Amino acid sequence: MRLIVIGNGMAGARLVSEVRARDKEIRVTVFGAETWQPYNRVLLSNVLAGSSGPDQVRLLDPSWYGEHGVEAVLGTPVVQIDRETRTVIAEDGRRVPYDVLVLATGSSAVVPPIPGVERAIPFRTLDDCQEILAASRTSSRAVVVGGGLLGIEAARGLAGRGLPVTLLHLAGHLMERQLDAEAGLVLGETLAGLGVEIRTGVSAAEVLPEGVRLADGTLVEGDLVVLACGVRPETELAAQAGLEVRRGVVVDDELRTDDPAVFAIGECAEHDGVVYGLVAPAWEQAAVVADVITGTAKDARYRGSRMVTRLKAKSVELAAMGETHLTEEHAEVVRFSHRARGTYRKLVIREGRLVGAILLGESAAVGTLTQLFDRGGPLPGDRAGLLFPGAGGAAVADSPVRMPDSAKVCQCNNVTKGQIRACWESGARDVTAVAAATRATTGCGTCRDAVEGIVGWLCEQEGVSA
Amino acid sequence: MKRPKSTIDRVTSPTLTHCPYCALQCGMSLTVGERVTVEATDALCQKGWTAAELLSSPDRLTTPLLHGRPATWEQALDHVASRLGAVRSEHGPDGVAVFGGGGLTNEKAYQLGKFARVALGTSQIDYNGRFCMSSAAAASVRAFGADRGMPFPLTDLAAADVVLLAGGNVAETMPPIVRHLTRPDLIVIDPRRTATAKLAALHLQPTPGTDLALALGLLHVAISEGALDSEYIARRTSGFEAVRISVSEWWPERVERVTGVPVAAIRQAVQMLKNANKAVLLTGRGAEQHAKGTDTVTAFINLALALGLPGTPGSGYGCVTGQGNGQGGREHGQKADQLPGYRKIDDPAARAHVAAVWGVEPGTLPGPGRSAYELLDALGTAEGPKALLVFGSNPVVSAPRSAHVTERLKSLDLLVVVDFVLSETARLADVVLPSTQWAEENGTMTNLEGRVQLRRKAVEPPEGVRSDLEIIQELALRMGHTWPAEPREVFDELRRASQGGTADYSGITYERDGLFWPCPTPEHPGTPRMFLDRFHTPDGLARFVPVTHRAAAEEADADFPVYLTTGRVLAHYQSGAQTRRIAPLVEASPEPFVELHPDLAEHLSIGAGDLVRVSSRRGATEGVARISEAIRSDTVFMPFHWEGANRLTNPALDPTSRMPEFKVCAVRLEKVA
Repeated sequence: MRLIVIGNGMAGARLVSEVRARDKEIRVTVFGAETWQPYNRVLLSNVLAGSSGPDQVRLLDPSWYGEHGVEAVLGTPVVQIDRETRTVIAEDGRRVPYDVLVLATGSSAVVPPIPGVERAIPFRTLDDCQEILAASRTSSRAVVVGGGLLGIEAARGLAGRGLPVTLLHLAGHLMERQLDAEAGLVLGETLAGLGVEIRTGVSAAEVLPEGVRLADGTLVEGDLVVLACGVRPETELAAQAGLEVRRGVVVDDELRTDDPAVFAIGECAEHDGVVYGLVAPAWEQAAVVADVITGTAKDARYRGSRMVTRLKAKSVELAAMGETHLTEEHAEVVRFSHRARGTYRKLVIREGRLVGAILLGESAAVGTLTQLFDRGGPLPGDRAGLLFPGAGGAAVADSPVRMPDSAKVCQCNNVTKGQIRACWESGARDVTAVAAATRATTGCGTCRDAVEGIVGWLCEQEGVSA
Repeated sequence: MKRPKSTIDRVTSPTLTHCPYCALQCGMSLTVGERVTVEATDALCQKGWTAAELLSSPDRLTTPLLHGRPATWEQALDHVASRLGAVRSEHGPDGVAVFGGGGLTNEKAYQLGKFARVALGTSQIDYNGRFCMSSAAAASVRAFGADRGMPFPLTDLAAADVVLLAGGNVAETMPPIVRHLTRPDLIVIDPRRTATAKLAALHLQPTPGTDLALALGLLHVAISEGALDSEYIARRTSGFEAVRISVSEWWPERVERVTGVPVAAIRQAVQMLKNANKAVLLTGRGAEQHAKGTDTVTAFINLALALGLPGTPGSGYGCVTGQGNGQGGREHGQKADQLPGYRKIDDPAARAHVAAVWGVEPGTLPGPGRSAYELLDALGTAEGPKALLVFGSNPVVSAPRSAHVTERLKSLDLLVVVDFVLSETARLADVVLPSTQWAEENGTMTNLEGRVQLRRKAVEPPEGVRSDLEIIQELALRMGHTWPAEPREVFDELRRASQGGTADYSGITYERDGLFWPCPTPEHPGTPRMFLDRFHTPDGLARFVPVTHRAAAEEADADFPVYLTTGRVLAHYQSGAQTRRIAPLVEASPEPFVELHPDLAEHLSIGAGDLVRVSSRRGATEGVARISEAIRSDTVFMPFHWEGANRLTNPALDPTSRMPEFKVCAVRLEKVA
């Protein structure tokens, strides 16, 4: 069998390695439009912020392809799919036949059709990232257009490099798809505190050398303009080849298009009406396709993914998942807001299960809640405990006075306060004597202070100096 | 050519010796009066203080049992030898198997391996240490070329700035070690807020089965935070680039989703390690007892290497060996793939050396045999052994999927158990041979640091029992071999057999007690710190090995929605055969229990003290509910010291170490009406 994968990004590269992990025989050719080896796009914001080095984003070693018998054609886009002859045609004219074709063409940055937009740099690829970084070194002020996840990460990253940044956003609040209005507001305040000026409800009309002119005529100054206006699935090849395309290339639960020999995964694919823009679903899809085409698990199916958005921006802790916009009419909503500290927490619950959440500001609950959301696990009756873990479990102060006689003081030797008291009553007046009689403190030794405290307190009670 | 006996070979009082239980091997002195009293040399937990009570326990076996009835030693030994001979004639040498233990002295472990390979000629020998140390051992050998649990002295822990402990509850399993852990900032990784986690400056509480993802995330963040020791990586290691690339896909937000450990906590752990001048990374069974245990340990070793710790004085990676002689027990030949001196059984040079010491042709030595669970699983089957000798182990309680293992044991033509009490496994035996125990015999134990210590005889054994070495001697004699039973003589032979091997004991004698191996000559001072100049690999460099996370062999699902993890409590040791017979320990911890979170308890309407039935795809057991916020709400905990918990556990094996997945499986709970 001969497999061709179009796209060597996070989805395509993952598919290739998943296939090879299952089958060493299949002939595999992967086409990549970028000349880079596959890299981890998720980390580009970190590269921009300087918290990851460019060398940290590589996903495969260049030698991997040779070692695993995979032909990689990089920097050579595919220009046409001929489904009749089952052949792909590359830009350099080469024609490669396939038995199975997987589209992992990803998506491209949306560039608004406004005058001067060529002066701006879209933030999408590693090349874009390098270009923005180079420009940031000579710029005095930056404007980021787009207040979604990527725009916020870019703005935060540039601000972290000491550049004043203005973030422009068309909607009334930041990340409006994931956040409710109050969360967006709190997020904006947090970012403002980190040197990002937020302008929401504004529309960029023109990119000028000195900044961005808004639709109302205001000039927002900045000599570096970064575009983060969302992405659009790359579906052109599929559409030209006559495959069914809506927002993305339409696939079924096997990730198969309406041509049984062609699959699509990642950001170019539309499954059950959803185009996923996150990496986790793309990787789940890659595993399913690898199972199906290698025959490892022919009944493998993709049933959609639960979406968790986690902002990667220093000093801004934000996790948003599921249906965050449901209101009390349709769901049980638990909310805690403390704007002065940049904290906003919201749980959306239906039939006792967590179906959505926003956690803004550092929270020890984020791991637990994400897993409860992912697994649909049952929630405890005490919802507050979910938002404030550990609050109910505070240790009772183990002062010698308040401790009951039954309290175990020395775990290692199973000695209670009562036994220490009895030992004191029969004459022991210091830790050494108590240890000799009860063996308390002779194991790990961490109860020494407690034993000293109890003996001291008993002595005080007696009026005997310890 | 016998040497004159020194004082070591005479019983004196008080006798300086070591505790019979865990790998810490705390020093103690025993005074023989009307009863034997214990004094601590340094520190002891309750298990140590009460250890002598078992010497005079009414449960003590003092006569061999043949089909459940008392028999003379001659009858019992003759029966065993003739039945072994018959099984061998019918099924070949591999029809007979041996199962050893990590509590046996070095001398016994050595002699048992020799007995299997030479007297029985079987490849079928393994031991319960496969269930303890095999993942850490495999990972250490892969990275460093050698496995000495802690390749540095224990005292280095107290001098470190940060100690990270992945999957270990030492405050309960070996409490006196905590004396070395109170100064450094402690990072504990455990799904439960254990007694150890409560001592920690930082506790990371992952979902069971996700330690590997967490380790990958820690390395990812260490790279992005610039915590690498690049000079060390260049000078002392190989293979870093592949590991750097492999952790690219484990960014902290992804790790958080898989493990449940908040990103902020992952970053904090890395900051602590980065700021430490000296740091030690330790793994315990929590990280190791998985079908991916070797890779999990490797991920922690990769982190340690990236931070420049192993082979750097005061820093390092180590595993916390569990059983008393878990270290020595894995070095001298009771492991299916090994010969004495930590030699590989398929290495021709190793075979030639050991065969020469044993006075046999190398070609007569069998090759590698089945690993512990595979061996137990094969018992009584068409392909598997029909007879089994068990020394120092209680697999009915301690093996995974134990109800199945019990069936296998029952299907044998011959089961022989050597023990000093009638353990659950001994109850099934055709022949039970009563043995001496710790204070009644000399022998060396290699503790968790790789220090070889003499555990001295303090009292005369009760009438009617024999030492394991004497039992092996008698059986070997009936098979035509004349072997010593005196521990010192066996040790001297072990020294020669280990000479030139990785674990070289040849310079250690009963008079030179407490040395760290390797110790290749009688003048050699021993090796407290290994790897200071080079690692034990052909090129002297430590090897980075890329690994990746995968799900547990059995994930929670609709039918079995809760994770089970198993472990230990302070008052008991291993299968409890000893500690469940000591009154103060039973009083401290009388019965099996199920620890669960209040949220889960609420959901299942279980109250504290309720009897709970826990079921998995492999079996069911019961325990008393203990409700605690110390455990994750998706996980329950059961101690494995009683028969029952291991009916539930999953025997999915690690592909490299053949370690079963004790630490995570899927269960459901219901209240017993």
